[in-house]
Amino acid sequence: MTNTTKSSGKSYKKEMPILWWTRRTSHIIFVMRELTSLGVAYFAIILLLLIGAISQGEESYYEFIKLMKSPILIWLSIISLLGLIFHSVTWFNLAPKAMVVKFGKYRIPGIVIMLSNYAGWIVISIIVGRFLLY
Amino acid sequence: MADKITLEVFRYRPDDNSEPSFQKYMIPLQRDWVILDALNYIKDHIDGTLSYRWSCRMGICGSCGMMVNEKPVLTCAAFLENLIPGPVRIEPLENFPVVRDLVIDMRDFLEKLKRVKPWIIREQEDPAIEEYKQTPDQLADFKQYSMCINCMLCYSACPVYGLEPEFTGPAVIALAQRYNMDNRDHGNSARMDALSDESGMWQCTFIGDCSKVCPKKVDPAGAIQRYKVHGANTWWKNLLLPWAKDK
Repeated sequence: MTNTTKSSGKSYKKEMPILWWTRRTSHIIFVMRELTSLGVAYFAIILLLLIGAISQGEESYYEFIKLMKSPILIWLSIISLLGLIFHSVTWFNLAPKAMVVKFGKYRIPGIVIMLSNYAGWIVISIIVGRFLLY
Repeated sequence: MADKITLEVFRYRPDDNSEPSFQKYMIPLQRDWVILDALNYIKDHIDGTLSYRWSCRMGICGSCGMMVNEKPVLTCAAFLENLIPGPVRIEPLENFPVVRDLVIDMRDFLEKLKRVKPWIIREQEDPAIEEYKQTPDQLADFKQYSMCINCMLCYSACPVYGLEPEFTGPAVIALAQRYNMDNRDHGNSARMDALSDESGMWQCTFIGDCSKVCPKKVDPAGAIQRYKVHGANTWWKNLLLPWAKDK
């Protein structure tokens, strides 16, 4: 029995199926969160096109606004916005895992870190909202 | 209640038959049995050719991890009673090459563990100091990460490791953090390269299943995210204050 630790060299490795992420709820949520990056890209492109339209003058700006009011683009915007809200909420809920803040011996509870992230989000949204509306 | 339960056990014997298959075993259903007891019953009374790893039977050696109904668990802690009526499907830990039946090849994990230098590194040893003292608070900073038993359930739960086998992986990064956060250690920068290269912590997409399956509540997902924050801070510090030295 001298060769007991020596393997025959052969081993079996199962390949990950292409739909591996459908097997668990946590994986479906994860893939959904990754897909929200398409929403970010969508809004970034819209913003660039908007700036481009403004630089062309008033007429092209109003033409762009008219284009954006088409039902397909409104639906795309709604879906992207929902995706980004989903991304932000899941992200803020995870924040306490990454952020451990200590004052001396005292560790700030996770819920405080999570809520302060939400508070920052709301404050920035109000400031940006005011710029947009006035 | 039925007094028997069926186990569908993954079999792979490279010597006589290279295709893996499932073999069914009908065993007595004992309420106080865990999966490992059931496997030992099969080995002792039904089929002596079944291969699997186990040692302590009490959740500390970390060698009996397997997939039970597609979830990575320590089989010494998974009660048959909770899997009634069956059949119960038992497979080797996912994402690892299978050597035989339920035995996986763990060399990849051990190699990765070595790369992050999981021991206390001192800049210099002072023989005059007999002990390096630590307060309970300093211990509490990393104690959670020191509970890891190298059972590799987190690697089985991690789709990133399944898709990108180069990924350093959850337990190894958590164990690197165990030493990085130890006040007696000076090895932070010595471990940084292995942890922050393209196979390191940035591969992690924070799915979080590693922490869910961990039998010791180590929370490797949390450890990796904290290390990402540390890595990003170090990068900025090196850029803005190149003369400041990291631990």
